[in-house]
Amino acid sequence: MLKDLVTPENANVFVGKLGDILEKAIDKPLGYAINWGRIWSLWPVHIETACCSVEFGAASSPRYDVERFGIIEAFGSLRQCDLVVVQGTITRKMAPRLRLVYDQMPEPKYVIAMGACAITGGLYFDSYNVLPGIDGVIPVDVYVPGCPPRPETLIQGCILLQEKIKRMKARKFV
Amino acid sequence: MTDIMPPGLALKKVDERIMTLNVGPQHPGSGHMRIVVQIDGDYIVACDPDPGYVHRGEEKMAEYRNYITNVPHLERPVIHDSCNVLYPYVLGAEEILGIEVPERAKYVRVICSELNRCIYTMYWLAIYGIFLGHSTMFMWPAGDRELLIDLMEKVSGARVTHAHFIPGGVRNDLPANFEDVCLRQVNYFEKRIKEYAAVFYDNPILISRTQDTGVLSRENAIRYGTTGSVLRASGVDYDLRVKAPYDVYDELDVHTNVMKEGDSYARSKVPWLDMMESCNIIRQALQKMPKSGSVRTKLKPNPKTKGPATVYKRVESGRGSLGCYIVSDGKTEPYRVKMSVPSFRNLLAMPNLLIGEKLGNMPSVYWSLNYWPVEADR
Amino acid sequence: MSSDSEKPVVEAKPEEKPTPAKPTAKPEEKPVELPAFEKGISDKLVEKFGDKVEVDFVKDDRVGIKTSKENVHDVAQFIRDDLHYDHAESVTGVDYPADNEIEVVYHLGSYTESSLARQVLTLSTRAPRESNPIPGQDSTKLPSLRDIFYSVEFGEREVFEMLGVYFDGHPDNRRLLLPEDWADLPPLRKDFAIKGR
Repeated sequence: MLKDLVTPENANVFVGKLGDILEKAIDKPLGYAINWGRIWSLWPVHIETACCSVEFGAASSPRYDVERFGIIEAFGSLRQCDLVVVQGTITRKMAPRLRLVYDQMPEPKYVIAMGACAITGGLYFDSYNVLPGIDGVIPVDVYVPGCPPRPETLIQGCILLQEKIKRMKARKFV
Repeated sequence: MTDIMPPGLALKKVDERIMTLNVGPQHPGSGHMRIVVQIDGDYIVACDPDPGYVHRGEEKMAEYRNYITNVPHLERPVIHDSCNVLYPYVLGAEEILGIEVPERAKYVRVICSELNRCIYTMYWLAIYGIFLGHSTMFMWPAGDRELLIDLMEKVSGARVTHAHFIPGGVRNDLPANFEDVCLRQVNYFEKRIKEYAAVFYDNPILISRTQDTGVLSRENAIRYGTTGSVLRASGVDYDLRVKAPYDVYDELDVHTNVMKEGDSYARSKVPWLDMMESCNIIRQALQKMPKSGSVRTKLKPNPKTKGPATVYKRVESGRGSLGCYIVSDGKTEPYRVKMSVPSFRNLLAMPNLLIGEKLGNMPSVYWSLNYWPVEADR
Repeated sequence: MSSDSEKPVVEAKPEEKPTPAKPTAKPEEKPVELPAFEKGISDKLVEKFGDKVEVDFVKDDRVGIKTSKENVHDVAQFIRDDLHYDHAESVTGVDYPADNEIEVVYHLGSYTESSLARQVLTLSTRAPRESNPIPGQDSTKLPSLRDIFYSVEFGEREVFEMLGVYFDGHPDNRRLLLPEDWADLPPLRKDFAIKGR
């Protein structure tokens, strides 16, 4: 019976529908498992944009040790990363590069805007070369205020992001 | 006019063997900048540093703010060395505004400045460790610098951005019982950094990776106008704290650490020796400091200047000689503020050192220049 | 009536001023005893170049020299070869729209000569300023000092992009810090105003 239904012409459509049905059927347990895996393996991409990178480095230091919370310290290859921590001011020269980095990362990907400069431009609100916040460049999940934020604040921001991922629909990105 | 190089490396016709690599800005070995290198096999044949990714126009912003409100944004280029980066600006502003600084404030400044030098150098050392793949050398300095950050937090209330130096002195007095705590922490800190010799500086892998790479001769160090640890690692005995003392450095006994080799190893070792010297200076300053007294000459909110003047002040920061050139036209805002930053000066040595090196040696040469890209861009 | 009553006030002010000026005039006589070593440096320059250089200021550890753009290359050559200043600490551009000029200031120091370790020599020169600048193609040009002080290389590149002063003889007049697509005025000119200020 299935053989009669599926022809080479409609195979793609059928497989797509089947995927939808499968996901709908096991959304809750499967989605939970997928999200559980994601929140404990957040890999930030290694892009330093300004001086908040000092406090990002301090967050990886033995005293704060962000790895306890499942966030590994910055990693080189952006193809394997799923988190951008925008560490401070985005200048006009850096903005296209930031977008390029974001576009090259595989889904799912999350963004933390760290520091006042990344949120609104901060202290450099009237500078000619600084963007007033990164919302216009990439979508932001969590804002971490401070100039610079203390490492504890950054860790709190990461935990908030994990809470957010827990409640996201995993299906969207499968 | 004819010998002007074409803009950009793309216009230059290159051999097929030669490959162009973009290192940065998203690269673990670049920091906040881009280095365009051309390699022939494994050897670098051309290098073109491309800074400016953190150029925030602070010199322009300074023309719109008065002498006191300039303080917070002028310390941001090097937030983990924020006392030293403000120091020349504050000295210059004091001369332009015509204020005297109390004696105790000068000693507080010296203590904060030396603490900040250590905080900066420890962060630099941690990154140098991780650049060379030495994870222990990231963890140890990154953990030990928190000791001194605690001290500065007691003094100013902020972890890194202190904004503690202001024209007229320092923002507030040292907390009660600070001398004892500071002495204890600094003694422990000195004991800790001496242990780094065993794990890092005597490590044969480090020695083989850094010795005889990126050799900067004495003549070239002077010719490129390098400064700070880069200069002293090439055998030039020049430290502004000794040669042109500011505030109370002439009353303290400061020893200059000089190494003759001029390679990456010497450049990585001189800041470490400087940290021990900083511990000595802090101990001396704690002893000689007046036990009480004012630390700040009060200023009005919008202080008036004495009239048109130009000032150029220099201090020795964690990276080298840091100058500030202030042009005043008699108004409450400066007419022009120029920060002559050591990172920008040391940048000129980078292409000259990298040419002829192996690509694998790039991180060890690049970060040994004691270079902080945010400062170079301002 | 009001103009009559104002006039005496205006006249009274110059009368009052000389009285506080007299005590200040006495300290002004003192700068005749300029710091001897610094005076020696500026004297050597004046002796060699005469009217071509103008001594801006002589104070502790600082000597300021002004010269025209035709002579700056020769003066710099003399400063390096005979006065033994061996590196430039910074190159600063300052815009003076009132004088229609852009000043370029070189801060020179010495590592080799131990007596000069405290000293900073300020060599300043001025280039004509254009109200509608086309960086690199207008008359805002100065001779480059890169062949004398190699350390000015990046400094001159920065002044070129920040103020639009083209340096003749500089091998690499490219953009350094600003974004590649910067098409506005050079930002450190005074007529470039920050938005909203």
